Amino acid sequence: MEYMNLVFEEVYKILFLLVPVLVSVAMIVWLDRRVWAFVQKRQGPNVVGPFGLLQSLADALKYIFKEIIIPASSNKIIFILAPIITMTLALIAWAVIPFGEDQVLANINVGILYIFAVSSLGVYGIIMGGWASNSKYPFLGSIRSAAQMVSYEVSIGIIIINVLLCVGSLNLTDIVLAQQNIWFIIPLFPMFVIFFISALAETNRPPFDLPEAEAELVAGYQTEYSGMMYAMFWLGEYANILLMCALGSILFLGGWLSPIDLYPFNLVPGAIWLILKILLLFILFALVKAVVPRYRYDQLMRLGWKIFLPLSLTYVVLTASYLFYFNLLPTL
Amino acid sequence: MEAHAIFFYVFSIIAVISAIMVTVSKNTIHSVFFLILDFISISCLFIMIGAEFLGMIMLIVYVGAVAVLFLFVVMMLNVAQQKNQWFNSETTSSSHIPVGLIISTIIFFELIIVVGGWKYKPELSNPNTTQISNEISNTHSLGQVLYTDYIHIFQISGMILLIAMIGAIVLTFRRREGVKTQSYFKQISRERSEGIEVLEVQSNKGVKIDD
Repeated sequence: MEYMNLVFEEVYKILFLLVPVLVSVAMIVWLDRRVWAFVQKRQGPNVVGPFGLLQSLADALKYIFKEIIIPASSNKIIFILAPIITMTLALIAWAVIPFGEDQVLANINVGILYIFAVSSLGVYGIIMGGWASNSKYPFLGSIRSAAQMVSYEVSIGIIIINVLLCVGSLNLTDIVLAQQNIWFIIPLFPMFVIFFISALAETNRPPFDLPEAEAELVAGYQTEYSGMMYAMFWLGEYANILLMCALGSILFLGGWLSPIDLYPFNLVPGAIWLILKILLLFILFALVKAVVPRYRYDQLMRLGWKIFLPLSLTYVVLTASYLFYFNLLPTL
Repeated sequence: MEAHAIFFYVFSIIAVISAIMVTVSKNTIHSVFFLILDFISISCLFIMIGAEFLGMIMLIVYVGAVAVLFLFVVMMLNVAQQKNQWFNSETTSSSHIPVGLIISTIIFFELIIVVGGWKYKPELSNPNTTQISNEISNTHSLGQVLYTDYIHIFQISGMILLIAMIGAIVLTFRRREGVKTQSYFKQISRERSEGIEVLEVQSNKGVKIDD
């Protein structure tokens, strides 16, 4: 009985986190399309509901009622597992995101490593989907994406090391609390830029959407998917984008902290500030999608390995030397 | 406490079964996926004994990078189509089984030595010179030991890995002739004067452009 109460309490907490995340994923898809349309002087989805707000709901309904087609020559178990893995991994990472001083589902010591591990597992959904489809375009897409995600994870990891040098803890709450005096975007601005671009590549967003480059690969690893399984890939992708935005705002933009520690701003709950920062980063993501053309594959690899990796490694050395010389290294 | 035991048995059973399935399954891709499952359940076991840093590093390094490359190679080489010929091939005399047996016997004896020494002579294997306090997280304590007492060993292992990496690149690197490459420096440093030429064209004469 005692256990059951504990389990119910945890399930309640998890639902309290996941339902808003899923709803905001649906809303963010609408926002993405609207921003994209406004840049190109179009209207975007504006018919279903006020301002087209219910467009994603209508799309979801359409996906639910569509038939799921499983190709005859595919590897059925892995084919079905792939979207499930993508979506699960995109959602479990939210467990460690802090929305306030104590408002976090799991306040673990190695929170940032957990997020990094989960996001590096995300590549499996894509590889499995591409391989199990047993068809040319999905396979090419998944091979591309495996190389791309592994490359850009390296630079994201080194950028995270930069932040951790300034914090002295792997706990996400500690990372936010260390920014009370100054947000890390100011001393580490070059790292923020590289993090933003690497996050674009990590989440397969334009201009790095080579795994699903529609002009060459139809839809990449998603080509053979239909109905709800396609929708799950899609939800997982957008949940990952939101997660990267949340990670960016926690690492560089001070998480739930208010921009100015003064009277009217203090009253706003921290979660609102975090959501505003996530939205700001997401609108940047959407703008990039609208204005930048797609990279060629060799340019993508060159950018990751020859430019970002040396730059961020140099910055680690600079940060460490600076902190050591001025005796600013964080203590236990 | 019971919950702890239940989780331990669940994870270890999954780990053992998936380790067996790695060797048994006929499709190579399935083997790699079982290997990944094995890594994940072992990192869960690490987290359960309180070594959360090791568990996470295991996930990031092995599952996130090494196994992806495994999968990559297996898919590219198309070894998935090679069915399990090792045990039932009639044309070629299989040389895999004796080698495999020798290696597994060696590993078995090594395990016996290590586990036996750990069980009966604990003072040999466990010098226990460093005190680990429970107040700081194991990431901090690992870092304090690794970068102070064992700094030379740590640096040397880093150098060995770097040399291995350079060696692998040198072995696979080949310079191919006649491949068109793009030079960003050349492209950006092009001037207007060398790019275009303005000509006075007389009517009905035309201009000959040499290619």
